[in-house]
Amino acid sequence: MARTTRKPAKPAEKPAKRAKPAAGRSSASPVLLLVATRKGAWLYRGDASRRSWRAEGPHFLGHVVSHLMLDPRDRRTLLAAAKTGHLGPTVFRSTDFGRTWKEASRPPAFPKAPEGQKGRSVDHTFWLTPGHAGEPGTWYAGTSPQGLFRSEDGGVTWEPVAGLNDDPRYRTWMGTEQDGTPDGPKLHSIIVDPRDAAHLYLGMSSGGVHESRDRGASWSPLSAGLEVVEGFDAANLAYHDPHCLRLCPSDPDRLYQQNHCGIYRLDRPGSTWVRIGRSMPKRVGDVGFPLVVHPRNADTLWMFPMDGTTVWPRVSPEGMPAAYVSRNGGKRWQRQSAGLPERQAWFTVKRQAMCADGRDPVGLYFGTTGGEIWQSRDEGERWSCLARHLPEIYAVEAAPLQ
Amino acid sequence: MKVLLPGALRSYTGTGEAEAAGATLGLLLADLDRQYPGLRFRVIDEQDRMRRHMRFFVNGEQVFALDHRLQPDDAVHIVLALSGG
Repeated sequence: MARTTRKPAKPAEKPAKRAKPAAGRSSASPVLLLVATRKGAWLYRGDASRRSWRAEGPHFLGHVVSHLMLDPRDRRTLLAAAKTGHLGPTVFRSTDFGRTWKEASRPPAFPKAPEGQKGRSVDHTFWLTPGHAGEPGTWYAGTSPQGLFRSEDGGVTWEPVAGLNDDPRYRTWMGTEQDGTPDGPKLHSIIVDPRDAAHLYLGMSSGGVHESRDRGASWSPLSAGLEVVEGFDAANLAYHDPHCLRLCPSDPDRLYQQNHCGIYRLDRPGSTWVRIGRSMPKRVGDVGFPLVVHPRNADTLWMFPMDGTTVWPRVSPEGMPAAYVSRNGGKRWQRQSAGLPERQAWFTVKRQAMCADGRDPVGLYFGTTGGEIWQSRDEGERWSCLARHLPEIYAVEAAPLQ
Repeated sequence: MKVLLPGALRSYTGTGEAEAAGATLGLLLADLDRQYPGLRFRVIDEQDRMRRHMRFFVNGEQVFALDHRLQPDDAVHIVLALSGG
C-alpha cells in the first residue's frame, strides 16, 4: 500500500478556509449508517469507537430502496425512496429512526399530460437531498426518468420543479426512459449551497451539470471543461454524464465531480471544470461512480475507481479494489487498499454508496454491489468489513447520532 | 364488490380481500384509494397508465382500460405480473 499522510501540506491558494477544527457534536458522536439496497434498507448504529455496529432491519424488505437520508436539521426525520419490482415509486418517512414509517401522501410524480400527449411517469426516486438549514422541512428529490421535485413539508407532499422539468432545453438534454444508464437516466447530486438556499446544483446522467440561483425557477448549464466520450460533440449536453458531484462543506466555492470521463474540480466563481484525474495511475484510470469530500479540508477527496475500458465492466480494475485519496485538490493521488481483498474482488461501488462521517480522523464507508459494507476509521489508511451478505447496496450515508 | 389483492398491497389493506365500489375500474381504484390512501399510485401511474407489472382481471378476464365498466357483482383481481429476481 502506498503511504499516506494524515495532515496535508498547506495548499497554495485559499489556505485560511481549508483547515477547520472538528465541528462540535459530530467530532465524537457515534455514527448511524443508513444503508439502502436493492431489497430493503438497514440502519447500523455504531458505538463511540466505531468498532461495534448493531444492525437494525430490514426495513421494507423486498423494496428497491435507492436512497435513505436523515434530516441533518432535526436529526430525526428519515426519508426512504422506495419501489418494488411491481409497485410504483413512493417515499416513506419516519420520525422515530425507523420504528414506524408513514408513506408520503403525494410522492414525486409528473403532472398529468394533456389529453392526447404522452406524459412522463416517475419510475423511481433516485436521490434525496435535505434542503437548506434555514428552510426546515424542505427537501429535494431527483428521479428517473429525470425530474426534480421539492417538498416543503418534510417529505409528505412533493411538487415538480417546473423550471427544470418543463424547460424545453432540459427536456432535450434529459432524454427519455430509453436514454442514460441501463435502468434509466438519473437526476442526482442535488446540492444546496449552505450560504444561499436559492443556489442549487445538480447532475443529470445524461445531461450535464447545472445550477440555479433562484431556487430552481431557472437553470443554466455548468458543464464547460467536461469531456465526453470520444467522437461525440461536447457542445451537446445530452452527451455529458456526470456521475457524482460534491460541494466541499469547508469551502462551498469548491466542487468536485466524478464523471463518466474523469475526475474534475471547479473553483467558483469560475465556471470551467479542470480535469484532475489525469494524475491517477494510467492502469487504473480516473473513472468511477462515487466521490467523497473531507468534511473540514477542501483539498482532500476520495474516489473509488472502476474499470471503464472496453465494454465498461464497472468493477474494480483488475479485481483489486482500492480507494484513492488526494490531499492536494487532485494534483496527486495515493492508493488506499490496506485491508481490502488483494485479488479476485469484482464489485462495484455505486454513486451514493460511499461517504464520510464528521469525526476526526474522518471515517469512510462504502457499500458494494456484492452486499458488503467496508469502513475505515483513519481516512482510508486501513479498511475493515463492517457487514456482509446484504443485498446489492445502492446507497450508504453516515449521520451523527446524538 | 369484492376485490382480491396481491400480497404486495397488504401493507395498505391488511388483508388479501377488500370491498369497494365503482361503475368503472378507475372509479373502483379511486374508492380503494380513499379507503387505503396511497394504494392507487402503487398500481396506476400519474398518467393513468397501469404499471408495467400489474394486471387487472374482471371475472377472470384480463382488462386493460380504466374505463372498463363494472357491475356490482363483478369480481376484480389485482395481480402481480412476475418479473426477474
